[in-house]
Amino acid sequence: MKKEEVPQDESNLASANFRELCYAVDEEGNYITENSTGWDPKTIALNNAIEEINERIADAKKRVEQNVTSPIEYYMEKQKMDLPILASYMGLWKWQVKRHFKPKVFAKLSAKLRQKYADVFDISVEQLNDIHR
Amino acid sequence: MKINFTHHQTAHCENGVISNLLKHQGYEVSEPMVFGIGSGLFFVYLPFLKVNYAPVFSYRPMPGLIFKRFAKRVGIQIKSHKFKHPEEAEKVLEEELRKNNPVGLQVGVFNLTYFPDEYRFHFNAHNMVVYGKEDDRYLISDPVMEDTTSLSSKELSKVRFAKGAFAPKGHMYYPVSYPEQLELDEAILKGIKQTCRDMLAPVPIVGVKAMRLVAKKIRKWPAKKGTKVANHYLGQLVRMQEEIGTGGGGFRFIYAAFLQEAAPIINKPVLRELSTEMTQIGDAWRDFAVDASRIYKQRSSQTDGYNQIADQLVDLSKREEAFFKELKQAIA
Repeated sequence: MKKEEVPQDESNLASANFRELCYAVDEEGNYITENSTGWDPKTIALNNAIEEINERIADAKKRVEQNVTSPIEYYMEKQKMDLPILASYMGLWKWQVKRHFKPKVFAKLSAKLRQKYADVFDISVEQLNDIHR
Repeated sequence: MKINFTHHQTAHCENGVISNLLKHQGYEVSEPMVFGIGSGLFFVYLPFLKVNYAPVFSYRPMPGLIFKRFAKRVGIQIKSHKFKHPEEAEKVLEEELRKNNPVGLQVGVFNLTYFPDEYRFHFNAHNMVVYGKEDDRYLISDPVMEDTTSLSSKELSKVRFAKGAFAPKGHMYYPVSYPEQLELDEAILKGIKQTCRDMLAPVPIVGVKAMRLVAKKIRKWPAKKGTKVANHYLGQLVRMQEEIGTGGGGFRFIYAAFLQEAAPIINKPVLRELSTEMTQIGDAWRDFAVDASRIYKQRSSQTDGYNQIADQLVDLSKREEAFFKELKQAIA
């Protein structure tokens, strides 16, 4: 990549006023570093990935409203977590967390566990109990 | 307290922390030098491990490995701590800062408040330097950022004790002893040898063979996985190749910079020519990313498109195979 080829496309980096460092060669063929504001091929890939997460969140929300899953799954998706990550934060086994996805099990969840989930998701217990709060 | 520490932006966090900590001690070691000596160039495909709902492709070795190899090869001793309790982790950090010692920390990215939201994923092998504390805020030199920044003690504790894969457990590290002079020659040779060995490994999921295996899989994705998943996998492959820290082209440009810098040190002018070849290979990786992005931009599942980029990947594997054979010869 030549110095003048270092891409300066618009990207999500702008929101944090941030340019990343790339390696490129100058006219004499010597390596230099140059900042880049972003590059479309990867911005598209990142945006697609974010869109997929948003779809997962919307889907989880719908299933909470239909009472087929508990708010825990919704907040897990919202925090960009998956089962292994959430289980690790909770200090539980994956199957235990998965069990808490069941609305019936969730309804009987102890106050202590509710508080812990709320802390992990950085929300209040009221929000945990009702995703519309 | 504020240590007189100079922040230099680098492409990758792991090389950057080492290079910046060494510069602080008066040793001029560039990021590409750390990367090359630590054998940072790599390719691995882990189909049985899923991250972000896609198989793992990586253009670099396991987190921490570049650092470990570099330190060992140039004879630097590193002291490293992990902690059970956040309070203890903070206490030991403050002790080091009071001794005027800037330290490296391993942290999770998800709660790094100064990162753009879109980049905040549960990735736990990010690295930064802490060089002081003022008004309950820790002064941070994050090597991928253009400037220094800061985090409150609560925020720092959160990222140091992030959970999930590669959980940092408060991991803190700093060099404790250095050789009188850094002898780079031997270290460079060792670093290159290992990279050649890795890239030419007779293992299907590592090096050039792994690229061929991925190419084979790419051809099957549209029919086997459906458009959506195929597009997602392809996007993941490009993201790993071009994500912040790679310096572009799946680290190939940083490696070319290393070869160029190493040529006069080990007195092998041929490395400069090989550096040019590596730059061209890096450019071909960039072309690969552009063509792949066309597919997932249009959300296309046309087998033609997938076959075409698979061909490009096979071609890249052939070029890299020839390249690393030549490089191996050049330093033999």
